[in-house]
Amino acid sequence: MYHHKTIAELSRGLAAGEYTSEQLTRHFLQRIEEHGAALNCFITVTAAEALAQAREADQRRARGEAGPLTGIPMVHKDIFCTDGVKTSCGSKMLDNFIAPYDATVVHKLKDAGMPMLGKTNMDEFAMGSSNETSFYGPVKNPWNTDTVPGGSSGGSAAVVAARLAPFATGTDTGGSIRQPAALCGITGLKPTYGRVSRFGMIAFASSLDQGGPMTGNAEDAALVLNVMAGFDARDSTSAEREVPDYSAGLARPLDGLRIGLPREYFGAGLNAEVAKVIEIAIEQYKQLGAEVIEISLPNSKLSVPTYYVVAPAECSSNLSRFDGVRFGYRCEAPKDLDDLYKRSRGEGFGAEVKRRIMIGTYALSAGYYDAYYLQAQKMRHLISDDFKQAFKNVDVVMGPTAPDVAFGLGAKSDDPVSMYLSDIYTIAANLAGLPGMSIPAGFVNEMPVGLQLIGNYFDEVRLLNVAHKYQQATDWHMRLPDAYA
Amino acid sequence: MSLQKEDVEKIAHLARLAIDEADIPDYARNLSSIFRLIEEMDAVDTGAVTPMAHPLDMPQRLRDDAVSEENQREHFQQIAPQVENGLYLVPQVIE
Repeated sequence: MYHHKTIAELSRGLAAGEYTSEQLTRHFLQRIEEHGAALNCFITVTAAEALAQAREADQRRARGEAGPLTGIPMVHKDIFCTDGVKTSCGSKMLDNFIAPYDATVVHKLKDAGMPMLGKTNMDEFAMGSSNETSFYGPVKNPWNTDTVPGGSSGGSAAVVAARLAPFATGTDTGGSIRQPAALCGITGLKPTYGRVSRFGMIAFASSLDQGGPMTGNAEDAALVLNVMAGFDARDSTSAEREVPDYSAGLARPLDGLRIGLPREYFGAGLNAEVAKVIEIAIEQYKQLGAEVIEISLPNSKLSVPTYYVVAPAECSSNLSRFDGVRFGYRCEAPKDLDDLYKRSRGEGFGAEVKRRIMIGTYALSAGYYDAYYLQAQKMRHLISDDFKQAFKNVDVVMGPTAPDVAFGLGAKSDDPVSMYLSDIYTIAANLAGLPGMSIPAGFVNEMPVGLQLIGNYFDEVRLLNVAHKYQQATDWHMRLPDAYA
Repeated sequence: MSLQKEDVEKIAHLARLAIDEADIPDYARNLSSIFRLIEEMDAVDTGAVTPMAHPLDMPQRLRDDAVSEENQREHFQQIAPQVENGLYLVPQVIE
């Protein structure tokens, strides 16, 4: 079946003429029709557009103009602006928003000839770790529909885990690609800050946000990153660096690879069964020729408090654009301009978004700036320096992606602080701007466990190589939940 | 830190957010516990540390002051809540 194949396999099949893009696209649309509603993983399905794009891809192939991704269907997280298609960001605020232009990432993947099947559900404005803050309701984890898929890219993770598409885009501000990838048993990559354009990606925290691929394995992540990455003059913090061929480095042997294990990532708060799975994965790496070095990231324990100043501060500023005047939700019958602003925002945003705007507003307000924002920026420096020190002696840092497997729907929704701590191992990479990945490494109580890999700046080639070699030696990434096999 | 009802009201006003009176106690409780988490940062002496605003060590890129976008007013105003003669309408501001 097509959904059992990787992007690399589908690409070869299309090139050999074994099937057409239209056939693939119909197959995945059929799967979305069967399973999409129960998982609640889509906000919009664009069947007609997808089929038109698939036929176009087939024509392009007939003309001899196909690239490696031409004709392979995919989905976008609903945070990426898609010209003419609703782009809600999981919010009532943008429920009526038809994006008037394409994000750079959307444009690039469209140019590569990938039909878009739809837009995936997500935590509202990417603020959440369980997908429960979405205006459209929570996404269900395909491994157990009573549990959360993680967040904020939970819809994208569920789509790939249930193989309703071979590839989904995600975004990661504090773990929003890696944590749902871990909880849903798929491969997720957050590139180095600045590697993938943020243009047209609705901003949450601009100094942390980064888009990246969510796929079935590392080889596929490399294939799509080849297209997603690159300089964009429209993104003021886009990195002006050449894009290497991420596929070319995959096969490099791991002999002599130096893996750093931060002792802080294996302490209190980590589920002992998850720790065991991670230890077995590290053993596997030793057998593949890697050397393991214990390291310390002493300030990493303060990454959550630091993040919950930096991210809300930037969010309170970014989200001030939603004022009910030019686009998005507007309240009924405003009395005056102040009432229009306040009620449009009060009614258009959900509780978690309002909380974060208020944290940021307070942290930036007169008299508190030094105590909160300035202190957080200094902490950010210390957290970042810990990694710089570590990367003098190691090539990749490894540990668990999340402290536990997927939790039950509703289990943490009343306690923001306990929800925030689900991202305890992922946030530091965003604060430092480093690339990070999560790959499937085993199961605890039949729920997937993710192994996190953090690489040095712009070293996605090595990161993907390290993930790929593990996936050549294991089959965790090939396991599918029974209901979607 | 413990936020009171008046603090929540003041922050909500600064952020131009209308919040239900009934929800204020929840906001006060949740925001207070979040700020207690945040204040764990105070344990670190950062006197000699420079603040980090941005993960990449790079200067702000500049470009020529040339027109790069065309006027798409009609296109963009199609999704506006209320427009008239090319203008966005809001409640009357000046009496």
